[in-house]
Amino acid sequence: MEARIDIIEKRLSKIKRIISVASGKGGVGKSLVASTLALNLSKKGHKVGLLDLDLYGPSSHIILGVKDYKFPEEEKGIIPPKVDGINFISIVYYTEDKPSPFRGVDISNIIIEILAITQWGELDYLIIDMPPGIGDETLDVIRLIKKSEFLVVTTPSKVSMGAVNKLLIILKELKLPVIGIIENMKMKSSKFVFESVSEMGLTYLGAINFDHDLEEAIGNTKKLFESDFMKDFDKIIRKNI
Amino acid sequence: MHEWALAESILTTAVNAADKEKLKNIKEIVIGLGELQQVEQDIFKFALGELIKDQGEKLKDVKIKIKSEKSNFVCNNCQNHWSFDDLKNAINEDESEAIHFIPEVALVHSRCPKCGSPDFEITKGRGVSILSIKGEK
Repeated sequence: MEARIDIIEKRLSKIKRIISVASGKGGVGKSLVASTLALNLSKKGHKVGLLDLDLYGPSSHIILGVKDYKFPEEEKGIIPPKVDGINFISIVYYTEDKPSPFRGVDISNIIIEILAITQWGELDYLIIDMPPGIGDETLDVIRLIKKSEFLVVTTPSKVSMGAVNKLLIILKELKLPVIGIIENMKMKSSKFVFESVSEMGLTYLGAINFDHDLEEAIGNTKKLFESDFMKDFDKIIRKNI
Repeated sequence: MHEWALAESILTTAVNAADKEKLKNIKEIVIGLGELQQVEQDIFKFALGELIKDQGEKLKDVKIKIKSEKSNFVCNNCQNHWSFDDLKNAINEDESEAIHFIPEVALVHSRCPKCGSPDFEITKGRGVSILSIKGEK
C-alpha cells in the first residue's frame, strides 16, 4: 500500500494559499513568473514558499541565483532552505543539477516523496513552478494538492495559445480555480490573447511587456526586483493576487 | 531525521485505512523498507514508538513488523539486472545520501553497469510501504 499520500494534506495544512504557475507550453516564462511572484510577495512581508516541480528542467534556482546545492536541514522531515526570504525546495538539492532522465512513474514518486517529507510550516503562499503541459506533474498536483489555484502563463503567439488552451480546457473541465491568464513577453498591441481568454470565460490578468534587459537580471534578485518585467508584473499582482 | 516524516506517513495512512475498514483498533502493521531509501531503522522505530503514543486508542496495542527489501534495477536498453550493492562503488557519499532522500535520483547519479544507459527502472526496494494491516472490527 502507498504509505505517503495521506500525510500530504497535513504537510500543506498551514499554508493559506497554494498557487501553481502553469502553462501548456514551454518557454513562456513560467519559472520567471513563479520565482518573481514568490520574491514580490516575500518583499511585501508575506511568508512564502517556492516549490520547483519542473523535475527535468528546473530553473527557479538559476533565476534566484542559487548555486549551493547542499542538502536541506532535517527536522522531522526536510526544512526548506531560505533564499532571499523564500522557503525554497527544488530537486537540484539532490541532483546537483545533473541531467535527470526520469520516466513518468519516477516523476510521480518524486513528487509524492517531496510533498510527504517537506515541513513547510506556516506560509501565506506556496508558489509552485510547474513544468509545461498536462503530463504527470500537472496531473499529480491536481490529484495531490486539492487546494491549489492555477495561474496560467502564455505568450502572444498563436502556437503558445494553441497549447495553453488545452490546459485551460482541462482545468475548466475539472472545475479547478483558475486565477487567470498572464500574457508574457508582449511586443506589440494585440487583443488576440485577451479575446481567446475571454471566449473561454476566464480572466485575462494583464500583459508583461518584453523586457530586453531582463537576461542581465537572471540570478540577481535585486536586479530582478528593479526590472521593467517586475514593474509590469507588480501591477498584475497588486490587482489580482 | 526525515525518518520521522516517513514514520508519520505510515501511521497516518494506517489509521485512515483502519477508519475506512471500520476497524476498532489496529493490532499489527507490517512495513516494507526498501533498501534504496537507506532508512536508519533505530531512528525509524523510535519515531514510530513516539508517534504511536500520540495516536490514541486505535494504535494502543499495535505491533510493528518491519520487512527489509533488497533493491533491483533493470536496464530498459540491455535488460541487465543489478542491485544497490553493485552501485555503491560507483557513487560517492553525497550521491548515496541524495538517494536516501529521493531514491529516484539513482537515475541521476548512476548508469547501467553493463551498457552505461541512463534508461533503467527501480523494480524493487525503493522505499517505505505498508505491506499489511491487521485489526479488530
